[in-house]
Amino acid sequence: MSEVAVLVIERGGQAERFEVAFEAGQSVLDGLRLIRATVDPGLAFRYSCLNANACKECMMVLDGKVIYACTARLEAREMRLGPLPNKALVRDLVTAIAPPDERL
Amino acid sequence: MRHLSTGVLIIGAGGAGMYAAIEAARLGADVLLVDRSLIGRGGATVMAQMTVAAAVGPAGSDHWTHHLADTLAAGRGLCDPALARLLCEDGVEVIREMDSWRVGWARDGAEFRSVQAPGHDRARCVYVDFLSTGPAVSKTLRAVVQRTPGITRIGDVLVTDLVMGDGAVTGAVGTHIETGEVLTIAARATIIATGGLTRLYRRNSASANMGGDGYALALRAGAELIDMEFVQFFPIGHLAPRLIGMDPIMWDPFRYKLGGRLLNGLGEAFVDRYGSTDDGKYVITRDLATYAITKEVEAGRGSPHGGAWLSFRHIAPEALREAFGPVIGKLAAAGIDLGRDDIEVAPIAHYHMGGIRVDTAMATGVPGLFAAGEAVGGANGANRLSGNAITEALAFGRAAGRSAAGFAGGSGFRADEAVGLAGAEGPACDTAALFVRLQAVMADYVGPFRTAAGLAMALEAVLGLRAEIGAAPPGRPGPYDLARVDWFDLRQALLVAECVIVAASVRCESRGAHQREDYPSMDEAWRLNQVLRLADGALTVTRRAVAA
Ligand SMILES: Cc1cc2nc3c(=O)[nH]c(=O)nc-3n(C[C@H](O)[C@H](O)[C@H](O)COP(=O)(O)OP(=O)(O)OC[C@H]3O[C@@H](n4cnc5c(N)ncnc54)[C@H](O)[C@@H]3O)c2cc1C
Ligand code: FES
Repeated sequence: MSEVAVLVIERGGQAERFEVAFEAGQSVLDGLRLIRATVDPGLAFRYSCLNANACKECMMVLDGKVIYACTARLEAREMRLGPLPNKALVRDLVTAIAPPDERL
Repeated sequence: MRHLSTGVLIIGAGGAGMYAAIEAARLGADVLLVDRSLIGRGGATVMAQMTVAAAVGPAGSDHWTHHLADTLAAGRGLCDPALARLLCEDGVEVIREMDSWRVGWARDGAEFRSVQAPGHDRARCVYVDFLSTGPAVSKTLRAVVQRTPGITRIGDVLVTDLVMGDGAVTGAVGTHIETGEVLTIAARATIIATGGLTRLYRRNSASANMGGDGYALALRAGAELIDMEFVQFFPIGHLAPRLIGMDPIMWDPFRYKLGGRLLNGLGEAFVDRYGSTDDGKYVITRDLATYAITKEVEAGRGSPHGGAWLSFRHIAPEALREAFGPVIGKLAAAGIDLGRDDIEVAPIAHYHMGGIRVDTAMATGVPGLFAAGEAVGGANGANRLSGNAITEALAFGRAAGRSAAGFAGGSGFRADEAVGLAGAEGPACDTAALFVRLQAVMADYVGPFRTAAGLAMALEAVLGLRAEIGAAPPGRPGPYDLARVDWFDLRQALLVAECVIVAASVRCESRGAHQREDYPSMDEAWRLNQVLRLADGALTVTRRAVAA
């Protein structure tokens, strides 16, 4: 019983639409990873622990609210994703989140 | 291109890398700690949720020699006893030092509270409640790293090759992921602390950064790998219903506390059919549980999603609430009530016993190159006891930091080829899809149960994937280009996969985590370690008597 979510992703000022099939219970991060594996391997977002909510790297904005992509659930509707607003943009959904003294 | 230089370069900021950094710096070395992710966030250490084994009980209640005896028995005859001893003996000191840094081990009065995990002869596994062991270990080490003078930390640095000088490792080449800039790093000594390889499998407990990079880095620099065929599967990884925000290995600590029962698809207890028991106490070892669940599924007695049921329904609600603490609420949010519902579990790739061959100083045999943590092989032989991996990371990290700080350094810095590759421009390539294909091959043919025919197919598939990725990463260097990052990951992962497959093909017996369906019994003549080397682009395997 897979449903379809429409992820509208802000990429360098442009919004891009992706449709992803998903099973109930999957996360937004699952959807983003599926886009990379099937449509666009260049889509950029940060994540390490995938599911554990331990690395805290997957923060982004969903419909105006800051979320962790690995704990926000995919839903069968249009979901708008963008990078964190208060950090320097690196690419797509990636911002410079490392503490200043841990950057190159 | 940017050039950095340091005394001790540490690649990977998990438990091993951070402990190494602290030890090297307090011995006076100038340290550069890099990680492909954020410092202290990218690997297994921060994700660990369970327990840490060390003989830290009150005087007379335990001794590291008992821990060592259990570790050697679990390793099915293949442990390097000197490395296993280092884990158990120095483990006590590092766990105590972590306590002095206020990691917050759960206590009963003045003593550490501990549980008895399967394979241990007594309660020896300390933890930070509830499911917070790894985050607490990581956070504590990060804080000490930050306040120890002499340590520079840089995240988003993906190391792609080591640099050789005149017969010694003299630094590394990498990519700064955030900008895409190529980096060269000169170092007197280098420590690989990159963790394990379980991302090579479809179902795993890994982070995105556990594709076995360190094994490939070491191999390409001339170091040896040992016991690469022994990948540990965690038998009761969460399978269904889908749970987010919790690690798939989360059920184990509750098994320690409450026992719990495994049931097959017919609702029958079954581990007794495979020579273990499950009556209220959690004693079954990881290799046996993996075997029992897999065989039940094969016999058509699996749970709906192809695993087994884990049941806590027989436990009183108050006991559930006490053991699970706040986790009960998280489960409720996912619609799970353990008093009413069983959950489905199945084996998932979890830890790698094999790795870089080192001595007790964590020296690899290549001057200037050291390794620590899960990247190292040998201490746990053919099967690891639960709780031993974090202890290994901390104790071996400390040892590596000490050795690297005392290493005088080599000369020469031949980085041209590696720099060329890091900046190379190649054709477009669906690298994320290729990685998924690699995971399928490894899961289908190189999982816990293997056959000659399956391994041959896996090898052919891996060589095919290598041809598909070509000789250069897609596109040109740019900021946060995951397609390129995946290409570098595939380059390493395909070499590491080949190592696992080749070692598994040669070992014609079943032992610990390596089970051959075509050679189902353990063979005393195979009480040997296999050592891999890369010479002129070709892998060679040799057999060595187990160290005395
Ligand atoms: C979910 C989970 C739960 C676990 N629970 C327990 C437990 O309860 N008890 C126990 O004893 N063990 C447990 N283990 C095993 C244990 O956590 C690990 O074996 C141990 O933490 C490894 O530590 P490490 O420092 O060697 O590697 P890691 O902590 O994995 O760190 C390696 C670091 O290297 C970085 N890295 C990798 N490649 C590169 C590269 N090319 N360039 C730069 N950086 C790189 C990674 O980003 C990562 O940060 C668990 C493992 C997992 C996955
Ligand atoms: S991916 Fe690690 S917290 Fe979300």
